[in-house]
Amino acid sequence: MTNHIDLGTVLRQTLSANLYSNLVTRPTGAAVRGQIELMLRASERSLTVIDFSHVSMIDFSCADEVIAKLLLSRGSQDREAYFVFRGMTDDHWDAIEAVLERHGLALVVERDHGVELVGVLDDREVRLFQAMKHRGGSAAAWELAIDMNEQESTTGLLLERMWRRRLIMRDGDAYMPVGELA
Amino acid sequence: MTTVIDIPHSLDEHSFEQVLEQVAPLPPDAKMLLDARHTTWASPYGLGALLTLGQTRGEARATLAVPENDDTTSYWARANFFHYADELFDLKGVVPKRGARGDSQVLLELTPIAKSEDVHGAVDRIQERTQQIIGKELGLDPKAIVGFAMTLSEVCQNILEHAGRGGWVMVQTYNWTKRLGRRVVVIAVCDAGVGFRSSLETAGNHVPSDRWDDAAALEAAVIRGVSRFRDPGRGQGLAGVRKYIGRWGGKLSVRSGTSRIAIVPDWDDDLPLEENLPNFPGAQIQVTIPERVAR
Repeated sequence: MTNHIDLGTVLRQTLSANLYSNLVTRPTGAAVRGQIELMLRASERSLTVIDFSHVSMIDFSCADEVIAKLLLSRGSQDREAYFVFRGMTDDHWDAIEAVLERHGLALVVERDHGVELVGVLDDREVRLFQAMKHRGGSAAAWELAIDMNEQESTTGLLLERMWRRRLIMRDGDAYMPVGELA
Repeated sequence: MTTVIDIPHSLDEHSFEQVLEQVAPLPPDAKMLLDARHTTWASPYGLGALLTLGQTRGEARATLAVPENDDTTSYWARANFFHYADELFDLKGVVPKRGARGDSQVLLELTPIAKSEDVHGAVDRIQERTQQIIGKELGLDPKAIVGFAMTLSEVCQNILEHAGRGGWVMVQTYNWTKRLGRRVVVIAVCDAGVGFRSSLETAGNHVPSDRWDDAAALEAAVIRGVSRFRDPGRGQGLAGVRKYIGRWGGKLSVRSGTSRIAIVPDWDDDLPLEENLPNFPGAQIQVTIPERVAR
């Protein structure tokens, strides 16, 4: 199931005064996250595009409530919730980068040239994600191990970790970057 | 008996201490006359702190003799000071009617902050005007504009998260010839709430050390990002403010209880930590961002 959530719209639905375009304050962030979680509750496996295009600015507190807590909750074992962040600009990045660093998180962001990973990542995670993209999407662990010049079991452990972080999707024995299908 | 409290000619974060030195020894129900007749200038901090002082008096409503200088009262009116002061003080003297908006120096008039939507309102209003001031007049990078709004939001949220009662925010730009010889933009946020020490003491894991006082609480909150909440995401707001002022050569000072802590840039000679000041409830925060000069 693929969802598209326009944060600007959710923000305006959340606030009683339907005027604001800035994601600021913890109470607002918690309310916006609550709305998003409500939309996602129905499905056990979902891919959601979180769209910042109509948000002027986000502060640290709100970024912590919306982004960090959403990402922290996606790792639960009974639910596979994947997110791609769209429309994120430099105006949003300072706050988001700070909360990702604080919690050791990473996320998938959609750029003009495709999806990429940002946040707290090690070199191998970045290389593996690139290798997956070069393969045109779906790839098996043994194929990616060749690209990484590693043992299949070593690459398999990394794939498992990235899947648990919901940075890549798994379909049987194949893996693909989150967002390739968004 | 009414005690007369002299308000300095120039009222800012430093000279306001002279006011507190006079007020601190008085019992809470003492009758006070705040004599501002000879005051000719007040910073956003000075105006916000004066309102906060009025808020602390509760039933023992103080009298405020307003400035005699027409330009001063006119400016205080444009800053919305009298609108709120009228609720807190018995005003004495000629109080001008609320002036029309449009003072290019006042980016955000004194604005009450008591709930989340007040912060939204303040941030939206400041964004309309900072583009011109920060980008063109202060010569800062456009990135500084977004950071400024974030900073405003976070310092205002300090009231929501910790004060337990409402406070005020004001933003102004002025030419700071005395100390810096450059233009600055200043955010002042003042509340008369519980203050940092009491707020941190409510944390479930709080263990007071031998040296637990207002200064220690300020160091914990402002420097180390400690929060009363167990949520590991808390405490990022002031950390973000510190990062912002570091990037743009700004200054942050936070006063609470009997102490005041400051992140001091190289253009200023303020003390990084002051202790044993006269007690004043709540927290008073000032952020100063200077004009960028070509090197």
